[in-house]
Amino acid sequence: MSDNLTLPAQQGPTGTSTETLLAVEGLTKHFPIYGGFPIKRKVGAVQAVDGVDLTVGVGESVGLVGESGCGKSTTGRLITRLLEPTAGKITYAGQDITHASRRQLAPVRSEIQMIFQDPYSSLNPRQTVGTIIKSPMEVNGIEPEGGREKKVRELLELVGLNPEHYNRFPHEFSGGQRQRIGVARALALSPKLIVADEPVSALDVSIQAQVVNLLQKVQEELGIAFLFIAHDLAIVRHFSQRVAVMYLGKVVEVGDRESIYNRPRHPYTHALLSAVPEVAVDDEGEQRERIRLAGDVPSPIAPPSGCRFRTRCWKAQDKCASEEPPLIQLSGNRGGHLTACHFPEEPTTEARDEDVVMDPALKALEDSAADEAPVTKD
Amino acid sequence: MTSPTKAEGSGPSVALDPELASTTEADKPKKLEGRSPGQLMWQRFKRDRTGMLCAGVVIFYFVIALSAPLLTALSGTNPYTLYGQDPTYADSPVLDDFGLPLGWFGGVSGDHWFGVEPQYGRDLFAMLMYGMRTSLFMALGVTVLLMLTGITIGLVGGYFGGRTDYWIGRVTDFFLAFPQQLFFIAFMPVVTAFFVDPQEETPTYFRAVAILIVLWLLGWMGMARLVRSTVLSLREREFVEAAKVSGASPWRIVRKEILPNVVSPILVQFTYQLPSTILTIAFLSFAGVGFVEPTPDWGRLFASGAKYAEQDPAFMFFPGVAMVIFILCFNLLGDSVRDAFDPKSGR
Ligand SMILES: Nc1ncnc2c1ncn2[C@@H]1O[C@H](COP(=O)(O)OP(=O)(O)OP(=O)(O)O)[C@@H](O)[C@H]1O
Ligand code: SF4
Ligand SMILES: [Mg+2]
Repeated sequence: MSDNLTLPAQQGPTGTSTETLLAVEGLTKHFPIYGGFPIKRKVGAVQAVDGVDLTVGVGESVGLVGESGCGKSTTGRLITRLLEPTAGKITYAGQDITHASRRQLAPVRSEIQMIFQDPYSSLNPRQTVGTIIKSPMEVNGIEPEGGREKKVRELLELVGLNPEHYNRFPHEFSGGQRQRIGVARALALSPKLIVADEPVSALDVSIQAQVVNLLQKVQEELGIAFLFIAHDLAIVRHFSQRVAVMYLGKVVEVGDRESIYNRPRHPYTHALLSAVPEVAVDDEGEQRERIRLAGDVPSPIAPPSGCRFRTRCWKAQDKCASEEPPLIQLSGNRGGHLTACHFPEEPTTEARDEDVVMDPALKALEDSAADEAPVTKD
Repeated sequence: MTSPTKAEGSGPSVALDPELASTTEADKPKKLEGRSPGQLMWQRFKRDRTGMLCAGVVIFYFVIALSAPLLTALSGTNPYTLYGQDPTYADSPVLDDFGLPLGWFGGVSGDHWFGVEPQYGRDLFAMLMYGMRTSLFMALGVTVLLMLTGITIGLVGGYFGGRTDYWIGRVTDFFLAFPQQLFFIAFMPVVTAFFVDPQEETPTYFRAVAILIVLWLLGWMGMARLVRSTVLSLREREFVEAAKVSGASPWRIVRKEILPNVVSPILVQFTYQLPSTILTIAFLSFAGVGFVEPTPDWGRLFASGAKYAEQDPAFMFFPGVAMVIFILCFNLLGDSVRDAFDPKSGR
């Protein structure tokens, strides 16, 4: 039922995306768990991704945000077809690639590329930078004008590395430089879509901005669509035109940047936004709400019934346990801003009367601190 | 599509980039030619005195073994002539009436540099040179064969995983369950009898083939396991996924991405495997199921040495010392190679 409601409305009115490049419907990945003795059999499944709907327009950059372990990487790997989906449908440029084999995929393979999280394991230590960037071209039989080596040097220059680094080995580079090499490799095939799986989270904070800027430059100059995966909203903010928030294998809220950052409706988005550190800096500006969640993300092996966020939600009611909220456009939201919540929050991020502090320990600490101030009694 | 013109000019912008500035500065003098992990390993290895010395010794042994015919031409002896019994050499007796070598230290003389064998009077120097040749090249053959087998099986199991890996693992376990030494002894006659009519004399080349087959069949498992576990961890690395995303075939991934990364463990394993194979071959001959009379063989020299130990202990000296030095150096070399590959491990 949610399908009808969500899909037509999914396309964000960001102006940049005119036609859909990638459409993902009900994407599901369950990793089986085997156990038992002496005969191993399937005893359960990690529901890493469970019915994700997502679209990426041509040249559009979409952020995918969520806590660690909520299935972001799995989603990215499913889209790049590194993993086989359990269910759902992936459509790339009108072509169903959900279960395409390596050979069937060949024509679009070069158009969907990936940038990896760990710059230390994403480059083969035994190959030179030149070989690393060149090999996608070799695989796909691409002969650029002036030869592959020339193209590699151009790419190195494009990502801000010295073209003379051609014959160097990855161990001679820093993390940020390695990530640039990874970007150059992804660009070698002139892709139309790049899935960037937390491309900067392994980097030093000072270098994160440089790499994000590089990606932004690449995105704008070359018109490549990006699915930018990150675990907090801060990095995605400047990069993405649209943002999808994931929680425990599901997209809980999706919308244009403006809506997500300034008019969020889902409690979890509120919590994520409240965790963005830059809020604390502009003290004299408008006071923003403060939300501290308690506990960990529940196990994806046995996710909560109904709304998956209900175990940590301050607005949870009985309905949340029994009925799964559909991803729909709430009244008052802009087109393309979809939320999956029965009792959505107000579309504002301003400070509320009372902070939401779910962590009992933190709450006790703050209460005692408040008590101690007027200690004049006795 | 890519537009290098739009990219910031490489000169000043590179220097501005703090993370780039350091490396470009540091590498100014020696041209921008990166050093591969292999070259770095070689440099570390060259700094290791013990390793270099042992490598020298090991190479020396192989050269000696290769040039056995030359060396025996120099000494003017050969491993087959019975200098004690052959009437041609009656004018220069090498054995006394009891069949023991005449002269000092097992009959060491200008003619017989390492002395002679009791009873027959064969020249020990020639026997040792030729014996080393037999052993070293047999061992080299066996080691190369079982390494190749192990690498192939390990690669297949490790890369494809799942059911393939499961069954390969069970077969490996099955072969590992054999008590090796016992089976060498028990299998050698069986393999020989299988191909050669017991009535006839077994040709020497066939004994060599039989040794090769038996050692090969019972020896590939260690290598397979090592390669499998290395590949298993490599397979999960993101550069393999990157290759998959670019559309590379499994064959290309194994060849270009995985194989170059298992070279170091393979090389280290090789330097440990070869000496142990030499010992195993020697053991086979010693136990009487390897090479037999009159084929000169290192292991057989020990068997004879044990026989003569009471009357002529000197006979054991030269083959024994040669073996101890060789095995010791080869193992030290193995340690050095390992340290050079992975400076953090060991010590
Ligand atoms: N190959 C696998 N087999 C079994 N479970 C897996 C596998 N890969 C991922 N998972 C599980 O799927 C869930 C989602 O993992 P995923 O890597 O997609 O999370 P993530 O959102 O990318 O987290 P992070 O921010 O830490 O990278 C996790 O619970 C993880 O344990
Ligand atoms: S549906 Fe209920 S539990 Fe889920 S986020 Fe909304 S209010 Fe909270
Ligand atoms: Mg991840």
